[in-house]
Amino acid sequence: MAMIDDNSKTQIKNVFGQMKETVNVIIVTKKEHCDTCEDTVNFITEITDLSEKLTLEVINETDDKAKTLNVEMAPAIILLGADGKDYGIKFYGIPAGHEINSFIMGILEVSGTGETLSDNLMKRINGISKPVDIKVFVTLGCPHCPGAVAKAHKIALLNENVHAEMIEANIFGEVAQKYNVSSVPKIVFNDGSELIGDQPIEAFLSTIETLS
Amino acid sequence: MGFELNLNLGTAKSRKVETGIIYDTLIVGGGPAGLNAALYAKRKGLNVGVITEKVGGQVLNTYLVENYLGYKSITGEELMAKFEEHVKEYDVPVTTEEKVVRILNNEYKEIHTSNGNVYLAKTVILASGTIPRMLDVPGEKEFYSKGVSYCAICDGSLYQQGVVIVAGGGNSAVGTAIDMARIAKKVKLVHRSEFRADKILLDKLYALTNVEIFLQTKIEEIQGKSRMTNIVALDKKTNKHIVIEAEGIFIEIGHIPKTECLHGMIDLDDKGEIIVNSKAETNIPGIYAAGDVAQGEYKQIIISAAEGAKAALSANEYINEGKH
Repeated sequence: MAMIDDNSKTQIKNVFGQMKETVNVIIVTKKEHCDTCEDTVNFITEITDLSEKLTLEVINETDDKAKTLNVEMAPAIILLGADGKDYGIKFYGIPAGHEINSFIMGILEVSGTGETLSDNLMKRINGISKPVDIKVFVTLGCPHCPGAVAKAHKIALLNENVHAEMIEANIFGEVAQKYNVSSVPKIVFNDGSELIGDQPIEAFLSTIETLS
Repeated sequence: MGFELNLNLGTAKSRKVETGIIYDTLIVGGGPAGLNAALYAKRKGLNVGVITEKVGGQVLNTYLVENYLGYKSITGEELMAKFEEHVKEYDVPVTTEEKVVRILNNEYKEIHTSNGNVYLAKTVILASGTIPRMLDVPGEKEFYSKGVSYCAICDGSLYQQGVVIVAGGGNSAVGTAIDMARIAKKVKLVHRSEFRADKILLDKLYALTNVEIFLQTKIEEIQGKSRMTNIVALDKKTNKHIVIEAEGIFIEIGHIPKTECLHGMIDLDDKGEIIVNSKAETNIPGIYAAGDVAQGEYKQIIISAAEGAKAALSANEYINEGKH
């Protein structure tokens, strides 16, 4: 049964009309102990079917490609650019609920139709010279979370030193527990500094600039 | 598995409010009051723009809205997406992710934002809404995001089969307790006086078997180690302190007006709300206030929206009369 209704499909299709370049969507699954892998594949397939500029590849976490993409757990979704370029943009867990919005925005960004940032912000993002890993913990019921995910992904897209991932805290309960997540969005930088809430992009950058 | 499509949020193509233009009306805030003010102002032919940290306002934190006329039952986010879509039909520029830090009343009204931008307008409508009211007890700040939460729809699902407290006795608190009873093993509703919630919600609450109700119980401290473990409260009936254990607490005790950017230039009442007259005028000519930030009883979506309309019509009259 279709997960996405026709009305929503039409709306998403219209938005995908803005896409410039092809985006290659990779889903990483695993064979055992994955309650949500099948749903993830079905849900994402319905979305990628809505544009000719979207390709979909489903791979296993033991595949070499999954290792090349630094995938740590499944299900994971990675958005690659037209030439297969990896921008370090990942979604761990199913981007349903409110996260469908950060997923669609991620696709638009990788396809080259993203929002232009001010010169000042661009300068700060270009100035990030050390490796930065941003984890954004979300729940699917959280209306403030997609904004935080989109900002982390945007920074990753613009600077190759930055990797950013959404982590759905209910599917990956153990990881969430390890990072003591009890409010979302919770944004963790290089496994240390934290922000809570959908903070402005300036707050992301200020935190990154203070990382040692 | 459901999803909540909202393609209005952050789409790349929306127009922004510009610096260097003198707008007829600039609206601070993107909730029901601000968006309805934008609609009314634009339809009057005013050059109008909206500046807001986020479109949607406090309604986004409401799971279901069942008292907005014309919608029997709709999620808070869906309702706001409809409002936004309606306003965008009129090509009103909306700037998001900018926090207003100061408003000055010079030759024109100046709106200064956190990004260093200064926007100019002949009139300003303040519809900046509210922020959640805190309990203001020891431990509340310390355990924020370590059990203390002000957003149940965000964080509720992290307490599956857990034990949680909901603090408050109004519609928001009782609604949250009902929602949490579906997720958590046990919900403890703690309120310092008697219920203020609608009867229809209270009937639902009383029918639940996993909700324990503590009325006349004043929370005095939130305690824990790396995360919260319990609260200490005063049972006003027996005048004794009691310990109530829980892994999380959702604080739903109302909201306070967001007026920090006004720096004393606008008269506020003793609740911190902007004083307005029946035409939504503040003490400064050409500055209006609407919605939850403005003085008035009964904070409701439909009332905020209506006040936004009123403020826009007032601003239009001010401009037509050539007062600027």
